Amino acid sequence: MEQTLYDLGEHIHGALPDEVLSVLDEGGELVLYVKTESIVRVLNFLRDDSACRFKVLIDICGVDYPERPKRFEVVYQLLSIAQNHRVRVKVETDESTPVPSVTGIHSTAGWFEREVWDMFGIMFSDHPDLRRILTDYGFEGYPLRKDFPLTGFVELRYDDELKRVVYEPVKLSQEYRSFDFLSPWEGLQHILPGDEKADTPEEKS
Amino acid sequence: MAERQIKNYSLNFGPQHPAAHGVLRLVLEMDGEIVDRADPHIGLLHRGTEKLIEHKTYLQAVPYFDRLDYVAPMSQEHAFALAVEKLLGITAPPRAQYIRVLYAEISRILNHILNITTFALDVGAMTPFLWLFEEREKMMEFYERVSGARLHAAYFRPGGVHQDMPAGLAEDILTWAEKFPDHIDDMETLLTDNRIFRQRTVDIGTVTAAQALDWGFSGPCLRASGLPWDLRKSQPYDAYEAMDFDIPIGKTGDCFDRYLVRVEEMRQSLRIIKQSIVEMPEGPVQSAEGKVSPPKRAEMKNSMEALIHHFKLYTEGYHVPAGETYTVVEAPKGEFGVYLVADGTNKPYRCKIRAPSYAFLQALDFMSKGHMLADVVAIIGSLDVVFGEIDR
Repeated sequence: MEQTLYDLGEHIHGALPDEVLSVLDEGGELVLYVKTESIVRVLNFLRDDSACRFKVLIDICGVDYPERPKRFEVVYQLLSIAQNHRVRVKVETDESTPVPSVTGIHSTAGWFEREVWDMFGIMFSDHPDLRRILTDYGFEGYPLRKDFPLTGFVELRYDDELKRVVYEPVKLSQEYRSFDFLSPWEGLQHILPGDEKADTPEEKS
Repeated sequence: MAERQIKNYSLNFGPQHPAAHGVLRLVLEMDGEIVDRADPHIGLLHRGTEKLIEHKTYLQAVPYFDRLDYVAPMSQEHAFALAVEKLLGITAPPRAQYIRVLYAEISRILNHILNITTFALDVGAMTPFLWLFEEREKMMEFYERVSGARLHAAYFRPGGVHQDMPAGLAEDILTWAEKFPDHIDDMETLLTDNRIFRQRTVDIGTVTAAQALDWGFSGPCLRASGLPWDLRKSQPYDAYEAMDFDIPIGKTGDCFDRYLVRVEEMRQSLRIIKQSIVEMPEGPVQSAEGKVSPPKRAEMKNSMEALIHHFKLYTEGYHVPAGETYTVVEAPKGEFGVYLVADGTNKPYRCKIRAPSYAFLQALDFMSKGHMLADVVAIIGSLDVVFGEIDR
C-alpha cells in the first residue's frame, strides 16, 4: 500500500478510535472495518474531513458468508476526487439486524441500498423508500444469498387459455450439474452452505 | 370561473417506448404537463449476471460482461480482465495493453455515436442517426476482424487479449481514423448550432458539480458539470499513461453540455487510436505467467504437458488466490467497476458489477422535477442509459 494511503488509514483510525474496528491493506487498497451502528458517523466523517473528502459514494454491495455467525458484509466503495484516493468501508450484519441507511449523507445510496435489500434481504433502517428494485413485482426470496439456487424456484410463461402470464414451479429436464473442481479424487462432500454454523457457539447478547 | 383543485395524475412511460432506450418503465406524476415526480421501475432486463458469474469459472465469466453494456462491449471486459489480473498478480504484455487501449477507444466512439444520434433522434433529428450508423457499422467490422464477433467479442481476457490483430487491420483502422473527423463535422453542422436542437437541450436537466458528486455521477455526465475527472488520466491503467489526450469539460451541466463533451471525447479518442497504432510494440499478446493463457496449437501436438494444460484450462480453469479488489475502468458511460472477491477456487466468490448508468437513472427524479414531459425524453437521452448494465 502506498505511504499516503497508509497514513490516511492511520488518520481515520486515530480520529474515530471507537467506530473503526480495524484498518487493512488488501492488495494495495485501503479497507476499513466499522461497527455496524456507527456507519453513518464514519461516512459523514470521511466526507467532511479535510484530509479525506470522500465525496462520492461509488457503490454499496452485499457479500454473503453463510458460515459466519454474522453472515452478511455490506461493502461501501468511496472515492475522493480531490485526493485521488479510494477506500472500502465494511460492516457486518445478519438477517435480522438492520444497517443504518446512509441516504442522508449520499443521495445515491438510495438505489444501492434498495438493491442490497432486494438481493440479500439486508434491512436498512431509516431508508425513505425500501422497495425491491431489480426482481419481478411480487418476487419472493433473496437471489444472491448463497443458499438460493441458481435456477430459482418459479418460472413464468404466457398461458394462452387464461390470456395472462402464469408462474409455475421450475421444471428442469436435466438436473443442474455442479462440478467440484477442488477435490476431483475425493468426490463431493454433501454439506449445505450454512450447516457448519450449527457448531459455532451462540453469541451472547 | 371558480378555482378548482386539480389532482396530479400518474403517467406510465414505457417499457415499450422508443425514447425509453430499452426497457425503462417510468411512472411519472404529472401536474398538468409539468413533471412532479419520476419513479423509474427497472429490472425488466434482469438476468442475474452476478449470480451466474458465481457459478462459472473466471474465463467463462468473460462473455457475461459483453452483455452488460452491449453498446460498448469491450470496455466491460476490460474491467473484469484487470480485476482478475490484479488478484493473480500478473500484467498483460505491452502489445496486449496497446491493443486493449485501441479497442477500448473504438468502443468509446461506438458508444458515443449511438448515444448522440439516438439522443438527436429523440428530440427530432433523424439524419445524424442515418449518417453515423454507417460509420458505426465499419467499427463493428473492426470488432469482427479481431474477435470474430460484431458484438459479443469476449476478446479482452485475463492475461491479455485472445488473439493478435490480423495483418492489415491496423492500417485499415488508421485509414478510417483519418476520415472519421469529417463525419463528426457533418453531424455537428446538423446539431451544434441547430436552433431546434438547442431549444430542446440548453438549460434542460442542469446538474451542478456538487449534485453530480452527491448522486455518484462519473464519466461524461460528471465532466459536463465542470469537473475534470477522468480515470484514464487520474488512475491510469494499461497503456493510457503513455497516451497524450485532453479531457473536455462542460460549464453548465445541462443536456447540451453532455452532448458537447461526448462530441469532443470522440475526437480525443481518435487521437488515442492513432497513437496506440503508431506506438504499438511487437511481442506476445497473452501473459505467459500463471498459466492463464492456452498453449500454442503446434506445441500441443508434441508436448504432453501442453495438452494437459490446455485441457485443464478449458475445464477446470485457473485458481485465483484468495483476496478481493475493486478495479475500475473509464467506460464510455463513466466509471465501470468490478468488485471481485476470490476464495482461492476456480470460481469468483462474489462479483459485484458497478454500472455507471445505474447512478444516472437514479438521478432522473431530481433532474426532471419541474420540467415538461417532453424534456424527460431529452434528459434520458443525454444521460446515456443502457439497460443491459443497469438491470444486470
